[in-house]
Amino acid sequence: MTFAFHASDWLLLAPELFLTAMGLLLLGLSVALGKTKEDFLAFLATVSVGITGALVAFVATRPERATPILGGAFVVDNFALFFKALVLLSLALTVLASARYVGAAPYPGGEYYALLLFSGVGMLFMASGNNLISIYVALELMALSSYVLAGYFKAEPKSTEAALKYFILGAFSSGVLLYGLSLVYGAGGVMGLPELAKLLASASRSNLLMLGILLILAGLLFKIAAVPFHVWTPDVYEGSPTPVTAFFSVGPKVAAYAILARIFYVAFAKFHADWGFVVALVSAATMVLGNVAALLQSNVKRMLAYSSIANAGYALLGVLGFRTEWGLWGILIYLLAYTFMNFGAFTLIILLESKGYAGESVSDFNGLAKRSMPAAVVMLLFLLSLAGIPPTAGFIGKYYLFTAAMKAGYAWLAILAVVMSAVSLFYYFRIAAAMFFTEGSPAKLKSSYALSAVIAVCAVGTLVIGVVPQPFLEVLKSCVLGR
Amino acid sequence: MGQYLPILVFAVLAAALPIGTIVIARAVQTRRPNAAKLEPYECGVEATTSAFDTRFSVRYFLIAVLFVVFDVETIFLFPWAVMFHRLGLFGLAEMLVFLAILVVGYFYCWKRKALDWA
Repeated sequence: MTFAFHASDWLLLAPELFLTAMGLLLLGLSVALGKTKEDFLAFLATVSVGITGALVAFVATRPERATPILGGAFVVDNFALFFKALVLLSLALTVLASARYVGAAPYPGGEYYALLLFSGVGMLFMASGNNLISIYVALELMALSSYVLAGYFKAEPKSTEAALKYFILGAFSSGVLLYGLSLVYGAGGVMGLPELAKLLASASRSNLLMLGILLILAGLLFKIAAVPFHVWTPDVYEGSPTPVTAFFSVGPKVAAYAILARIFYVAFAKFHADWGFVVALVSAATMVLGNVAALLQSNVKRMLAYSSIANAGYALLGVLGFRTEWGLWGILIYLLAYTFMNFGAFTLIILLESKGYAGESVSDFNGLAKRSMPAAVVMLLFLLSLAGIPPTAGFIGKYYLFTAAMKAGYAWLAILAVVMSAVSLFYYFRIAAAMFFTEGSPAKLKSSYALSAVIAVCAVGTLVIGVVPQPFLEVLKSCVLGR
Repeated sequence: MGQYLPILVFAVLAAALPIGTIVIARAVQTRRPNAAKLEPYECGVEATTSAFDTRFSVRYFLIAVLFVVFDVETIFLFPWAVMFHRLGLFGLAEMLVFLAILVVGYFYCWKRKALDWA
């Protein structure tokens, strides 16, 4: 191994380096500005994410990205580029949805945006991680920033509780993941995923390896909040500031799916028969528990937390279906659709929040149709999409995922998924019924340009992918691993 | 398993050294205690309270966290210093970047008054 400056390293790392620098700048500015000029900081954070997106687009056009850099630990294939774009989309939406919320909070906004960007840097590295160690470090960068973001309202007991629960359980699961990584390293002796795949191709099934794979799976299932590693989700989602909850429900999950898919598609494909069974059971349990528990919630953030648990169960079908291309397509299109529809739904909660930290109940949505018909219609669109009703993005995503499960020989799981989607209609329609058929407060809605823009982007995304999915699918079908 | 033998030897030695030191000290020592000798060691200052029912400021917590943050960074400095000749200019630049990021964090702590006791 030689140590030197390579022009291609700088080029391919440009998005990550830029976002890191801007995060540091925002941290410095938060000290200098304190609680003033927060709109400027939000603007700066938005521009940073935008420029990072432009850099990703630039990197996508460069031929240098054919070769992995940093000793093979960092790869920029189409798969990584897709996830980088998705991560940056969720970051941009979060920054815009946060501006008013953070501005009203008594804490410096610079720290908030800096932490968001650092978490984004971690997720960008996760998308490109091609080595067990670099994946782990990237995951920790994302997770540590997330813990602090959950506790951003540090004078609110609920926020502190969310941060503490998230931190303790997150640190524990990271330990489990790391233990799994060390066992796999012990069995193989290499850290790079392609090297590991090559080695395992000729290796026989050993208990050490199986335990390692199982522990890695458990650690990653925690990050995507799959049953039985989901217990932290409702409390953390409820206690965190709502824009942070919206961010948690998309960004970190998307990034965790990126590494889950890459590790299990590339390195452990050979032992599919072993881990596939576990993933199938987890997926079934996640879909059932997520949807059934959501029926019982009256706090809308908790309801959407369980809904996002259920959604993690659907997306696991794509991990199972990796033998045909449908599995990967399903994950990609579903995560794209999920980012739009779930973020949109959470943004409406931010818009309607009436009692601050006292709790956001389903009754906040009472009579929304009378207060603002467009808001009610858009929320209905997000709910229909989350339930998987055509012609919305959620339907296209589920169609691909369920087909992937059928093609992989998990017909029972696909049927269960359809049944559970039907169950989910009950709780999504509770919100819809509250909006259209219940009298509510006559107070006028106070939106902001940023919030309206976020809702508009999410609504357009949800609708366009649902109505004309072809162009999106064409792009996604080229987003395979290693190209 | 033969390759793990040095680790076993190392573990045995690591355990034997402190145990051995204590046992030998017990065996050869002369015990002539007096009040002054039995006092808890407090860096030469007379202990004012009992060690058990004393409360101390929660501000120590912040100091401890800062200590851990800026102490762990030295773990990266040691292997870097050992490998410095092979890493060359590249290594120097990388370490300067690393330290620059830490300095930003240090200034942040400083300006946010994390280092002020008052």
